[in-house]
Amino acid sequence: MTTPETGINLTYFYDSFDRARMIGGFFMTIWLSLVCLFFSTIIGVVGAWLQGSRFVWTRRIAQGYIQLFRNTPPLVQMYFFFFALGNLLPRVKNEYGYLEPLFDNFTWAAVSLSFFAGAFNVEIFRSGIEAVPESTREAAEALGYNRLQAYLYIVLPLAFRVCLPALNNNLVNLVKTTTLAYAIAVPELLYVSNQIWSDSVNVPEMMVTLLVLYVALVGLLVWGMHRWERAIRVPGYGT
Amino acid sequence: MTASQPWTPDQPIVRIADVYKSFGAVEVLKGVSLNVMKGEVICIIGPSGSGKSTLLRCINALVPIDRGSIQVEGLETHDPKLNKLELRKKVGMVFQQYNLFPHKTALQNIMMAPVTVLKQDKAEVEVRARVLMKKVRLEGKEHSYPGELSGGQQQRVAIARSLAMNPDVMLFDEVTAALDPETVKEVLVTIRDLAEEGMTCLLVTHEMGFARELADHMYFTDRGVIVEHGPPKEFFSNPRDPRTQEFLSQIL
Repeated sequence: MTTPETGINLTYFYDSFDRARMIGGFFMTIWLSLVCLFFSTIIGVVGAWLQGSRFVWTRRIAQGYIQLFRNTPPLVQMYFFFFALGNLLPRVKNEYGYLEPLFDNFTWAAVSLSFFAGAFNVEIFRSGIEAVPESTREAAEALGYNRLQAYLYIVLPLAFRVCLPALNNNLVNLVKTTTLAYAIAVPELLYVSNQIWSDSVNVPEMMVTLLVLYVALVGLLVWGMHRWERAIRVPGYGT
Repeated sequence: MTASQPWTPDQPIVRIADVYKSFGAVEVLKGVSLNVMKGEVICIIGPSGSGKSTLLRCINALVPIDRGSIQVEGLETHDPKLNKLELRKKVGMVFQQYNLFPHKTALQNIMMAPVTVLKQDKAEVEVRARVLMKKVRLEGKEHSYPGELSGGQQQRVAIARSLAMNPDVMLFDEVTAALDPETVKEVLVTIRDLAEEGMTCLLVTHEMGFARELADHMYFTDRGVIVEHGPPKEFFSNPRDPRTQEFLSQIL
């Protein structure tokens, strides 16, 4: 059904079924983004710590992880996790007695995207860590800090301030890359939009809707990150 | 390397015996020995590259030594089994570039190590930190960030930060070398106060007037060895070794 006056058909304004799908997709995108933001940042912090390890094999494993996930397409990674790893894992009985994969498609999307963005985050944190002068670390050591304490209380907080702009960029990319979860049928924004335009043949309308929603979502993230950047800014240090 | 031994105050608090240290092919310390008694102030002078700063860094094990022995209160500082924290609780260090933690206020800089490393009660540490701020004459600057303080003020915060760990020995590594001439004095006054309270101090310095006034014992190092040492009066008025004579004539 097309509105006769304008020819623009925004089904989610008058069709409660489409509206529910749209809202569901919107929150699915937000939820997937938040989960991946969280875990990719954790991976970045831990990975950067492992990169500075005294043990050569720890460093090599961290480096291998980065190479693997930075040098391969995220869609291929997601397919690998969902189709290859997912098939190798045992199946479990669900509440109706049917066999089901151990992890659902949302979990695999979250895992693969977290690892993908995490690989970049490791490098981003490393750049920040390298900007912390050796003498500052030495001062911490002289005060009795062990390596982990110095990393957590001194190096990391300083590194954060240096690498926030780069981290910003990567996290923005991550939010946009959540649309890849479409490919393994996670009902996020792009996926539900596709369902709607398949039903109502309103492709241009849904495309514009998508663009507007992503501008708003990423805008919100950037705004939040900038506020954070300002909040932790200290006189005479970093950006 | 010898193991740690029990220590009594009549023995040297810092005992350095025949220490060798190389960085790659460069031999920085070639058999350095010196003893410091509790409450003594010793000043180490010498041309740059003579190994003075490395020697200080070896004392609190920031730099490992190749051979010899360094004991602080009987703790063998380069024993691989040594709990480094035990050593660092005894030895405080102040650096040329202050090395304050720029993301923390002056007060927080002082409080951080006792709270995170020694797990001391935050409220108690804060009381002590405020006393220390007063002691280094920086009342009112508690909530300033290092970036808002002058070099001399930052250096005094750094001294207070070390003192918060209640060390028995303080190492000062050219602590006034990066300062403007007018702020040098305020830092030296702080160190003098400390020395007069009986703190054991090892200073690497270029402040000859200060050394002459404050030191109990002077050491002159050149190319990794102690060339000459003695009480400041004798050391400055009557240097015996030609290398000491040349250095002093250049600097005084």
